[in-house]
Amino acid sequence: MAYTTSQPQPGGFLSRLGFGAGARKKPAVAAEEMKRVQFTSPVLPYLFLFPQLAVIFIFFYWPSVQAVSSSFYLEDPFGFGSTFVGLSNYTDVLFSAEYQSIALFTAVFTVLVTFLSLSIGLLLAVKADRVIRGASTYKTLLIAVYAIAAPVSGLIGMMIFDQHVGPFVKMMSYFGWHMQVGLNYYDTAFAMTVVAVWKQIPYNFIFFLSGLQNVPVSVREAAMIDCRSGLRRFWTVVLPLLAPTAFFLLTINVTYALFDTFGIIDVMVKDKPANNPVTLVYKVYADGFRGNDIGGSSAQSVILMIVVFVLTIFQFRFMERRVHYN
Amino acid sequence: MYRIRFTDHLILILGALFLCMPVVVAFMTSTHTAADIHSNGLSLAWGDNFIATYEKVLTQKGGFTGDITGARMVMNSLILGIGFAVGKIVLSMLAAYAIVYFRFPMATLSFWVIFTTLLLPLEVRIMPSYQVMSDLGMLNTYSGLIVPLLASATGTFYFRQFFKSVPEELLEAARIDGAGPFKFFIDILVPISRTMIAAIFIIMFVYGWNQYLWPMMMTTDESFFTLMRGIKSILQVWVGSNIPDYNEAFALAILAMLPPVAIVVIFQSWFIKGLTESDK
Repeated sequence: MAYTTSQPQPGGFLSRLGFGAGARKKPAVAAEEMKRVQFTSPVLPYLFLFPQLAVIFIFFYWPSVQAVSSSFYLEDPFGFGSTFVGLSNYTDVLFSAEYQSIALFTAVFTVLVTFLSLSIGLLLAVKADRVIRGASTYKTLLIAVYAIAAPVSGLIGMMIFDQHVGPFVKMMSYFGWHMQVGLNYYDTAFAMTVVAVWKQIPYNFIFFLSGLQNVPVSVREAAMIDCRSGLRRFWTVVLPLLAPTAFFLLTINVTYALFDTFGIIDVMVKDKPANNPVTLVYKVYADGFRGNDIGGSSAQSVILMIVVFVLTIFQFRFMERRVHYN
Repeated sequence: MYRIRFTDHLILILGALFLCMPVVVAFMTSTHTAADIHSNGLSLAWGDNFIATYEKVLTQKGGFTGDITGARMVMNSLILGIGFAVGKIVLSMLAAYAIVYFRFPMATLSFWVIFTTLLLPLEVRIMPSYQVMSDLGMLNTYSGLIVPLLASATGTFYFRQFFKSVPEELLEAARIDGAGPFKFFIDILVPISRTMIAAIFIIMFVYGWNQYLWPMMMTTDESFFTLMRGIKSILQVWVGSNIPDYNEAFALAILAMLPPVAIVVIFQSWFIKGLTESDK
């Protein structure tokens, strides 16, 4: 078994992307060097890579290519083949009033969920960073619900907002607001947003808190001397230092609101999406599975892929800026 | 330093209540009977139906075919969680080992091919993935539940970063002692990765346990239902019933959230480290 000294390889652009579910915090700056000492072997590396690559080709690339190709075809509902229809699936989708209203709801929902869960997470992190007594108890309580699955939070939310037994609904009825989650569009949208924000706060809290605790003591002390107003100190010193974390969390939260809330929405609309607000991902699922509209559903998938792609580019731009902050 | 004010604690207490109360209410309510909940609403007090509710949820046969119990769903969720975590660790350690420790022409290409999967979440390619599974005859099988979820680069990424931080001297020393790639991997790399493997195991276990959309599509046969899938079907039964089984739904929710919450609370520091420092 020979071994050689390799040239530094170009660090992958994608290596900065980090862990899909969340660890995109620190970009690996500049091209990373590969190991100086490596094995060489004509078969072994391929043998080790084979299982991972096989799974990825069969279950990632093949379906992704199929999504793109079937978005140009119209599937016969009785299974007698399919006809090439060019871009008409896309135009049908993009010009349908239903799709446009769902897209609008998705946008509003995403903005609300992102804004609320980021600001509440930041507020709690700032306070938790300050207190000394009970700090670890607060921390535990604030992150305890972090890993609860979306459908489970949807189920609990449904109970809290249930028309017959829900405590929140009872409370609101004293104020003259008679909520009808599941029947009234805006009431359902409200409940969904609250549940989605509830589930995401611990995540943002964890990142903001670790960001705050990375602010050097010397910087804090200097800020204390220069600036007596706590609020001003926060805006002029702490927040700019947190900006990289916030930019990172922004894209994570947008992705969360777009995709990961599927479980919440699916549970809360209870299979009756007709008069309830749903998001674009839900529509991909509903059209493909319930409606059996393969072409339309694939076209929607491709549109969402483009959205994800744009988001990723956007994230890279901010990642570049982030390097300057550090 | 800062003067800690009363309002700081107040905000934190309100935040903690907002986040934790729904879970407490869910647990407490699950100990009441359905009729009790129907007339008195959700509860914060301990009821006397705890054993009866959980026994019923875990052992009573339900569903349309009548052969799925809560215990079976817990088992299926465990199979999915553990199978996913183990599969992920094996595949990604091997792939990361090849990428970091071998010099071969396709290295950069393989790297790209693997890491592109980070771009597209499963949710945007649901339909075609389902078709592929049905073409392969993998619907309603455990491998159909687990293997397709392994098609992402998350674990490979973690291990790649970790292997890169392993000192070069280790390989040099192992080489001098005459160790080949297999011996180096098994006798040196695996043992020093132990903490990393454990951390990835719990993160991936929670991820697998929490899967919803994929099991929902892949399993129509009730004997393969996971807890998450069970939540969906308990809600479908509700439509049209006079007194919905609130207590059972809550009990199912508590069972479904127990491992993730316990893991986050117990392994708090690992989890935070894994999340925030994964790519140093």
